[in-house]
Amino acid sequence: MTRSLAPIGLLGYIFGSFLLAILYPQSVLAFLLFEASLLLLYYIPAHAKVKSTLAALVLIVLMPLLGTINGYYLEVAIQIGIYAALALGLNIVVGFVGLLNLGFVAFYAIGAYLWAIFGSPQANEFIAGGVFPLAPYWFFIFLLLSIGVGALTGLVLGLPVLRLRGDYLAVVTLGFAEVVRALVNNLDKPVNLTNGPRGISPIVKPPLFFRPVLEFFGLEITDAKLYPLYFYFLVLLVVCVIILVTRRLESSRIGRAWKAIREDEIAAAAMGVPVVRMKLLGFAVGASFASAVGVLFAAKQVFINPESFTFMESIGVLAMVILGGMGSIPGAILGATGVTILNLQLLKGLSLWLNGLRQSGAVLTLPLLGSYSLSQIPVQFEPAKYERMVFGLILILMMIFRPQGILPPKQERKR
Amino acid sequence: MDLALEILPQVLVDGLVLGFMYALIALGYTMVYGVLEFINFAHSEIFVLGAFVGVEILLMLQSAGLLAAVHPAAVLLLIILAAMVISGLAAMALERVAYRPLHGSPRLVALISAIGASFLLQDGLRLFESLWRNTFYLNYPTLELLDRTMPLAANVVVPVKSILVVVTALVMLWGLNLFVNHTRIGAAIRAVAQDPDTASLMGVPVNRVIATTFFVGGAMGGLAGVLFGLHYSLVNPYSGFFPGLKAFTAAVLGGIGNIPGAMLGGMVLGMLEALAASYLSLATDGAFGAEYKDVFAFAVLILILIFRPKGLLGEKVREDRA
Repeated sequence: MTRSLAPIGLLGYIFGSFLLAILYPQSVLAFLLFEASLLLLYYIPAHAKVKSTLAALVLIVLMPLLGTINGYYLEVAIQIGIYAALALGLNIVVGFVGLLNLGFVAFYAIGAYLWAIFGSPQANEFIAGGVFPLAPYWFFIFLLLSIGVGALTGLVLGLPVLRLRGDYLAVVTLGFAEVVRALVNNLDKPVNLTNGPRGISPIVKPPLFFRPVLEFFGLEITDAKLYPLYFYFLVLLVVCVIILVTRRLESSRIGRAWKAIREDEIAAAAMGVPVVRMKLLGFAVGASFASAVGVLFAAKQVFINPESFTFMESIGVLAMVILGGMGSIPGAILGATGVTILNLQLLKGLSLWLNGLRQSGAVLTLPLLGSYSLSQIPVQFEPAKYERMVFGLILILMMIFRPQGILPPKQERKR
Repeated sequence: MDLALEILPQVLVDGLVLGFMYALIALGYTMVYGVLEFINFAHSEIFVLGAFVGVEILLMLQSAGLLAAVHPAAVLLLIILAAMVISGLAAMALERVAYRPLHGSPRLVALISAIGASFLLQDGLRLFESLWRNTFYLNYPTLELLDRTMPLAANVVVPVKSILVVVTALVMLWGLNLFVNHTRIGAAIRAVAQDPDTASLMGVPVNRVIATTFFVGGAMGGLAGVLFGLHYSLVNPYSGFFPGLKAFTAAVLGGIGNIPGAMLGGMVLGMLEALAASYLSLATDGAFGAEYKDVFAFAVLILILIFRPKGLLGEKVREDRA
């Protein structure tokens, strides 16, 4: 009985929140309610086919519709998708294999610069012939290429350091990320490879190969409107592929070997698990995901510079994985959604709200404490600038009170 | 080549100053690692806190008009002691709030909590200074005494502040050596570092020893912070990141958990960095310059970990917890 009622109720909820988000385009809350439908979808008792149909309805039909009405929502959704893909990659390294990688952003940067250098006039600086930027269709080739390059860098870094104990590894990966950042920052001389702190632009976007199809159906959409939708679907596709690959890996021999290593390395080795090889594999898979997402990011941003690849980004992605639950696929996605919305919407919203309060000049009268003019709220108190504090609090509080995360992996929950 | 020789004394002095700074910070990492087998990631913020305590006291004295009136030596002594005590207490508080509740959980959990604490402290300090001073980039007021120079040899002139760093660090390291090797509590720290369970059976109050270790390590970090501020003048809440990372490298270089190792590692790394900063661009004709000095430190870290993971002086690794 409940199995058939729940999806219908959820359908109502989805359309209700969808309407709300359309009616109140400025409201963060309405968008959050809409986003929450996916979380509810995860929890309700229903057949897998029903669930996936509903998820497809939300992600493939309603979200783009909402996005065409309000472009900002689509931007947020793309960001969430990019971070979700990164979090899923880090989840393999931290969650499955149990290796703390604090330099995950380095692989992301490598992917982004890979496409940025060859997908812009930048490569003409060191390769003669003036053939750059490459034609748009090369984007897809580089997307595939970046998987290999990411995996290779992962292996090259992993080989020497994976024999180390976990906490050493954390610091070495952090150092590696700083090295990569210093390199992209300074390799504008002697040969101008990366254009240094000025960054690279314009980066070529992927080709609109489906334009003829749209025209056949008589749809005339301007590039400015089409690209966000295009990127949304590209990111969605990449996230889906990553989820699929991760799920297959998780339930394979490899996934079980990873978890065995995480739980007890010595026991795993005694059972015949090739520990170093498996660790390397996990490291490389995570790195290749990050690097592919980097290519996507570069194409979406059109402009990239070293500022996008700081230690903060690594910690942000780590906070997502920790918040959602290490080793849990839905957890990583939930964490990415939560942290991105917190950063993009809630903190900024809070800053705007405080600003409004200041300008309103209202006076707050508290019993015993006397009155306090709201215009006296110090201007330095601006939540949007304190994302480090937020990440720090997430990490400490989660570790002390709920180290398994909000959505721990299912097997662990049964125990 | 003449130029290379000419700047050599200056480079060596720079290296010495950096080396002692790294050595002092590295002690905090290495001592905590010795007793808890855990990287206190937030130690770099304890270091920055020391620098801020120093600048706050100096600015307060300045605004009270006392800075010129009191003897500079007394001022220096005051800020050094204050920074050591406050940083030490902060490190103890950190251990109590963010690490002790996690006692017995996997190492990864404690490390993540430490990273969180590091970020929280950075922005906490920023918030406090923004509200209090309206800016979080603070400049040390000039102490005339420190800006003087002293002739050391025929044509080598050394600024007093460099001498201050070296002398203070030497005194403190000597004091720490006495404390660890010749006092009861020092013996307790060594016992816990060797084997906490057995130490506890022998009646050593392990939790108190851990707290003391955090205090001593934090005090050394705070001292390094003040010296950093006095030497380089400008501090902000995020200026601990690189010195912290490099001091950790120094601790690993010397053999983590090993106190003389931390001093040696700091010295070697400081010297290498000063040499790289000055000679890299000379050696490569300007193609690669001082901007690669940070890369250099990490390259050293990765190389040591590959070829000599136990560090120069080697740690007596406990089999059960290794």
